[in-house]
Amino acid sequence: MKNDYAHYISQTAKVLQPSGIRKFFDLAAGMKDVISLGVGEPDFITPWNIREAAILSMEQGFTSYTANAGLLELREEISIYLRTRFSVEYDAKNQIIVTVGASQAIDLAFRAILNQGDEVLIVEPAFVSYAPLVSLAGGKPIAVSTSAENGFKVTPEQIEQAITEKTKAILLCFPNNPTGTSLNETELIEIAKMINKHDLLVVSDEIYAELTYDETFTSFASIDGMYERTILINGFSKGFAMTGWRLGMLAAPKELVEVMLKIFQYTTMCAPTMLQYGAIEALRNTFHEVESMQKSYRRRRNYVVQTLNNIGLDCHTPGGAFYVFPSIRATRLTSEQFAEELLMKEKVAVVPGNVFGESGEGYIRCSYASSMPQLQEALKRMQRFIEAKGVSSNNHVGESIYY
Amino acid sequence: MKLSSEELEILKIIEENHKVPVETIALMAMTSEETIQNTIKKLEDEKIIMSYPTLIDWTKVEGQENIVAMIDVKVTPKRGVGFDEVAERIYRFPEVSSLYLMSGAYDLSITIEGKTMNQIAAFVSEKLSTIENVVSTTTHFMLKKYKHDGVIFDSGADDKDRRMVVSP
Repeated sequence: MKNDYAHYISQTAKVLQPSGIRKFFDLAAGMKDVISLGVGEPDFITPWNIREAAILSMEQGFTSYTANAGLLELREEISIYLRTRFSVEYDAKNQIIVTVGASQAIDLAFRAILNQGDEVLIVEPAFVSYAPLVSLAGGKPIAVSTSAENGFKVTPEQIEQAITEKTKAILLCFPNNPTGTSLNETELIEIAKMINKHDLLVVSDEIYAELTYDETFTSFASIDGMYERTILINGFSKGFAMTGWRLGMLAAPKELVEVMLKIFQYTTMCAPTMLQYGAIEALRNTFHEVESMQKSYRRRRNYVVQTLNNIGLDCHTPGGAFYVFPSIRATRLTSEQFAEELLMKEKVAVVPGNVFGESGEGYIRCSYASSMPQLQEALKRMQRFIEAKGVSSNNHVGESIYY
Repeated sequence: MKLSSEELEILKIIEENHKVPVETIALMAMTSEETIQNTIKKLEDEKIIMSYPTLIDWTKVEGQENIVAMIDVKVTPKRGVGFDEVAERIYRFPEVSSLYLMSGAYDLSITIEGKTMNQIAAFVSEKLSTIENVVSTTTHFMLKKYKHDGVIFDSGADDKDRRMVVSP
């Protein structure tokens, strides 16, 4: 055996870029007393009724495999969920798969539809794993950049510019990680026209659907003519505060599901059984809590967006998820410089915007899934930091008037 | 009284923590500080906001531990005033910290706090049982408080943030 492992490693894996978040994680993980706004998950623990249902299933000995696509009982609940919440109709028997996280669902979608060299449009800034997953499936990720002037909303024109004869599909994720931007029905209809015109498939990552604040969430599959073209992806992680469970779902026309299920049965067999029992409980009896979590995020969003603008970091009001994406251009630093210096000087962790694509340069992602006292302290430190950079603010954080 | 969604939002915010400053509530509810102050004043005047007590775990303070008992009371209601008159006679005692009218096997549920068991026993036998219309009492002493008004006492590891510092 040769000592040089590079010799053995596949070309595909070799050219895969390591996630920019990884580097930042290593930097922050070694430090003490860091307030982190860099976390991409809820600060709530999974509601007790869901945890209890999973525990109970283990006590009762439900430890064997389930059907590849997941427990029929769970798929039936998912079918009801998709119909009642998003007005989309999927047959529990052959149109739904319970996956190991939404990430796996995205992987399955790309593997099922991509040939070598097929292009997939990815609206950026975007979640870090989309482009690598396209590459791993043999496709070519093509970035469609959006800008803050338009609130990071993608327009049909931007999409059309990126389309070539090799374009096979587009990945949409709204509400978006990292910008928090969401699109309403009217905006989605405009995009749908473009998709129809160029005969594309859509991988719609709707993981943040439950965390939409100002307008009603519209599923892309519910847009006229899009049902046949959409692989709808959702999951339990964000809305139900179940990130560590790794439970996602996909729904699509049955011809596509059949192919994805074929791949899924060889790679994974099925999602963990006991967790599927928890998920049944989640869909049956948790909407009260989902709603109260959603309201809690909304309050924090309002507070964080306005405070960031007050202290001199321009920030659009995102319609969903739990991220804000303020511009740090006023400080004349790059995203990475800003994030690194802020961490070193004030011990506040944020994620530099450029890790989500080129159009994220000049921005940082701040998660507001933290307690109010933590957010207040973090913003106070950020204000001190940017003031030292010569940015003037309208207002100070943390003065208290009690009633 | 019907409240607007903004008023409800303000109530929800301060129900969780009444120490949130006005300016922060204004930012969270997307309205002006003046509106917050006026709304809270109005809700106080309407007695929708009753008071701002603080939840204290006295068991952690030496010499301040209280003995708490819950007493089920059966009473004979009185024509014209029902249970209200006897309830009033009971809740006037300062040692009574809560009093509810219940459905089921008994009528009134009392929470009472005292320094010693003797004090509580004395209250039951001398004050409570002698009230006209009180038919019987059953006293339960509280052994340990796990959760009160939605707050878990000594939640241990439950409220620790176990998330990774940075994640995608």
